[in-house]
Amino acid sequence: MNDKIKIAVRGLKKSFGPKVVLDGVDFDLQEGESLVIIGGSGTGKSVTVKCILGLMEPDAGSIKIDGVEVTTLSSGERFKLLRKFGMLFQGAALFDSLPVWENVAFGLIQGHGMARAKARDIAIQKLAAVGLAPEVAKLSPAELSGGMQKRVGLARAIAAEPEIIVFDEPTTGLDPIMADVINDLIVKVVKDLGTTAISITHDMASTRKIADRVAMIYKGRIIWSDTVDRIDRSGNEFVEQFIHGRADGPIRMEIRAL
Amino acid sequence: MLDFLASVGRIFIGFLDGTGRFALFTVEGVSHCFRPPFYPRLIGRQLIDMGFYSLPVVGLTALFTGMVLALQAHTGFSFAAETGVAIIVVLSVTRELGPVIAGLMVAGRIGAAIAAEIGTMRVTDQIDALSTLSTNPYKYLVVPRLIAGTIALPCLVFVADVIGIFGGFLVGTYSLDYNPSSFLGVMMDNVATDDVASGLVKSAVFGFIVALMGCYHGYHSKGGAQGVGAATTYAVVSGSIMILLTDYLMTALFFSS
Repeated sequence: MNDKIKIAVRGLKKSFGPKVVLDGVDFDLQEGESLVIIGGSGTGKSVTVKCILGLMEPDAGSIKIDGVEVTTLSSGERFKLLRKFGMLFQGAALFDSLPVWENVAFGLIQGHGMARAKARDIAIQKLAAVGLAPEVAKLSPAELSGGMQKRVGLARAIAAEPEIIVFDEPTTGLDPIMADVINDLIVKVVKDLGTTAISITHDMASTRKIADRVAMIYKGRIIWSDTVDRIDRSGNEFVEQFIHGRADGPIRMEIRAL
Repeated sequence: MLDFLASVGRIFIGFLDGTGRFALFTVEGVSHCFRPPFYPRLIGRQLIDMGFYSLPVVGLTALFTGMVLALQAHTGFSFAAETGVAIIVVLSVTRELGPVIAGLMVAGRIGAAIAAEIGTMRVTDQIDALSTLSTNPYKYLVVPRLIAGTIALPCLVFVADVIGIFGGFLVGTYSLDYNPSSFLGVMMDNVATDDVASGLVKSAVFGFIVALMGCYHGYHSKGGAQGVGAATTYAVVSGSIMILLTDYLMTALFFSS
């Protein structure tokens, strides 16, 4: 990690009709740092990440990546910028019309124009890096378990050795042991590549393992941010309630009577 | 009263919003057809899916359409006899029934498949994954289908024309006892290049419409399996209606003089 700011987000706002999802999100992410954004469902974690990736257009605010304002980029410039990113989706989002190796090599072939044979070799290397045998390369995604799909998704995210990797709920839907395996893999690949990482999760075990720094989002704002070792002494009642999973506290679930 | 006006206003704004979104999607999709990168491998795969694998259903439909047409023409226009039946079959099939029947069958088979495939990709984040892998979803998903639809349907319709005429010929000669050589001769004498060409031009437009509707509704589907199901229905229904609407407009244009 160094002091260079890789991603700077200021005053990010996004609404869907009358529902305000992001209400002025601010944070900086240093190069090589692993930031985990925690928060309950519907608090704006995924929307924040989608705005950074350009998958959604923010209503207001600024997002700078390596000092370049990205909210005003043209479509072509944005696709070039996305070469810096890798992403592991919550449900892995593997292309079910392609075999596993083509999923992993997709960004290399389509995004970077690499020859198929060379991309296939790299894909098999990356599959090995996430603990999958070369035989898996020929299978279709539908033939894989949930844990294996996540690993293939991780291999795809790191295939082009991106500068920034985004992990969207990396352990959701996995058993605790497989979740820990995925966490270890994330820590390993982030350290090996020296990449900058943003993760969004509500899994505290995962957070403690993969984060250098944690930010909590609530009602569309970052309400607390600090290093992961200080999360148990945050002094913030919202964070306290969230990390201990208490029903009672300042965070109230919006439950309507039947 | 105000509530009523507000409802009407909301519906109107919703209509404008949908029309604008569809127009932008069409312009974006067509403009990417002329800008690199191109994906010839994907276009080839779509051509096989849309064209080759649609041959049985389109061929069978065309065959029975030609046969029914000959029977109906014989019973309905008994005064016309052999010459009239031959002319009705050949002109109806080449100008109208070949393109429209093939278009509707492909709308059901291919429009639904496109909407279901792209819709599933949308609700499972695969389209977002394409973007994060620096691949423009329009170029990768929409353009190959638009190009393949526009090329495949005229080829299918040409085959359908031949099979449909053959169906009419079969019924005319074996069931209605017309003289084969004179029946065929009348057909050939009365079909012009323009008749076939107008049908092929229509079918190219129908192929584009089927692919466009499938892509549009799939691309904008949301809400999981139910949303994908709805997208599939919309793709087939709107594709079929658009085919019939543009058929009328093009027929009026081609044959108004």
